Amino acid sequence: MEKSAYEERSRYQQMVTARTPKPKYAKNIALAYLVGGAICTLAQAVFNAFSGMSLTKLEVSAATLATIIALGAVVTGLGVYDCLAERGGMGAAVPISGFSNTITAAAMDFKREGYLLGMGAKMFVIAGPVIVYGLVGGFVVTLIRLAFAGISG
Amino acid sequence: MDYVKAFLVGGGICAVCQIIYDNTKLTSAHILVGLAVLGAVLGGIGIYEPFVEWAGAGALIPVSGFGNSIVAGMLLEVKRLGWLGLFTGAFEVTGLGLASAIIFASGVALLFDPKH
Amino acid sequence: MAQKRMGAQTIVFGKPPKIIASATLAGPKERDGNFGDYIDTIVDEPMMQEATAEKAERKMLYQVIQESLAKTALQESDINYYIGGDLLNQIISSSYCARDLGIPFIGIYGACSSMVEGLGLGAVMVDGDFADNVLIATSSHYHASERQFRYPIELNIQHKQTSQWTVSGAAAGILTHQGEGPKITHITFGKVVDLGVKQPDLLGAAMAPAASDTLCQHFADTNTTPGDYDLILTGDLGSMGQQLFVDLVKEAGYTLGTKHKDTGADFYKPHQRAGAGGSGCACIALGIMGYVIKEMYQGKYHKILALATGALFSPLSYQQGDSISGIAHGVVIDNT
Repeated sequence: MEKSAYEERSRYQQMVTARTPKPKYAKNIALAYLVGGAICTLAQAVFNAFSGMSLTKLEVSAATLATIIALGAVVTGLGVYDCLAERGGMGAAVPISGFSNTITAAAMDFKREGYLLGMGAKMFVIAGPVIVYGLVGGFVVTLIRLAFAGISG
Repeated sequence: MDYVKAFLVGGGICAVCQIIYDNTKLTSAHILVGLAVLGAVLGGIGIYEPFVEWAGAGALIPVSGFGNSIVAGMLLEVKRLGWLGLFTGAFEVTGLGLASAIIFASGVALLFDPKH
Repeated sequence: MAQKRMGAQTIVFGKPPKIIASATLAGPKERDGNFGDYIDTIVDEPMMQEATAEKAERKMLYQVIQESLAKTALQESDINYYIGGDLLNQIISSSYCARDLGIPFIGIYGACSSMVEGLGLGAVMVDGDFADNVLIATSSHYHASERQFRYPIELNIQHKQTSQWTVSGAAAGILTHQGEGPKITHITFGKVVDLGVKQPDLLGAAMAPAASDTLCQHFADTNTTPGDYDLILTGDLGSMGQQLFVDLVKEAGYTLGTKHKDTGADFYKPHQRAGAGGSGCACIALGIMGYVIKEMYQGKYHKILALATGALFSPLSYQQGDSISGIAHGVVIDNT
């Protein structure tokens, strides 16, 4: 009895797989490339503009990131970023503007449950894991590097 | 030329992520976390910084750049403070990104409501 | 066996209750879809001038109930029971609506199958002389469901082709013996069926086995075939789920052909970017209370079987790795 239930499930899984429509691979990849590439090109223009000022390399990068993050937040507020992502997929999610979108979208949404326990508490509901695992991963990698190369390395 | 590189590299990273998204059961949250960790690892072994030098915004803007920035900050602070830098350095470079994201997100959320 | 039972799962009504009034309400996206012409009231703004989507859904539900009452000579106080459900946690749309109505309330949860679950229970009460007039109403709202089951509205998510779009709307019907209207003759309450689908963007696939199970059981219990019905209306399997449903029913030996329609798959037009189709408690509710009843009055359909499907899961259960269970309830509506 157990076995037949298992067999029924795995047979149905095969039916489901067969009936799952294939994504439009070529179109999705092209659009992701286009949207992601466009955002990075825009960022490069911002980067070049800041490079013209008397700033250090780190400050130029920082100012560029802050600008793209601000743009991502505003475009999200205008209700456009999700439409961009519906077509551009990962092209809109991967750039730092997408990171900004996850925080802004959550803030806008959870505002209804109050500014403290809604917006404040749940702002990082999507972006949180990126920060947590980016930090933990970075910590481990840096620790290993220091263990091998020493602090001065 | 730097615009071409930014477009090709930045778009390329997004396209690879799209291929993963379309061909696996991973959600975009999984992919973004993976990419950030990858950036941190590549930063840790000293590959990502030269990559940013070469590709500019194409390597800086994808979320892998965020992972790299965490490591870059840690390494900076380790030089200054020793082991303690592993902790003080995490937000040394990324702090600006996080602070601006929180500030802009809060500001926008006060002004706008979800639409679609 | 109890007199009014037939086979293993079906109830047959001795004095079939009638749907004397029905009302439907939905938003602009639904107006532009395939069932737009069958919806009584279109609201231009799905947020209903309310501060939150949850309040908007409640308001839609309250309004559609008032409209269904207005089509009869009945007052709120004439309704013995209000049976209703929705998708939101602790069915808040229905219970807050019931607070404002002051009608004795029986809250149910069958996910998107709630309308037929309610019609079945209501018909049992009326047929059994436990009630004179019973009101059944369900609702769903895209914004509210998206927030609860998926992600924030403005998040950068590319929906998979198989994911479905929650219908923003509400529908209500009044069951009684007095007056004229299509009759409810049979109800087949379904079992919970789970064939191990885990992805929340494959809800149609998760519900198809339940729909097939209840349909075949209904045919066996009532000794009928697809030929006995003018329409077999499933809801909300979506385009992929309905293909799987047809496959499973065919394996069981029944060919549905053109008699079968799925409210989910047919709800929106292809250009509306709704993935595999509509879903939500309002989906088949609008299909039955709008499309079916209106076409029955036009004489297009005389006897139909509506099979409402529901996905029984929560964000918590699938995050913990549980598979998504499905349920389906079938109701026969007869206007001959």
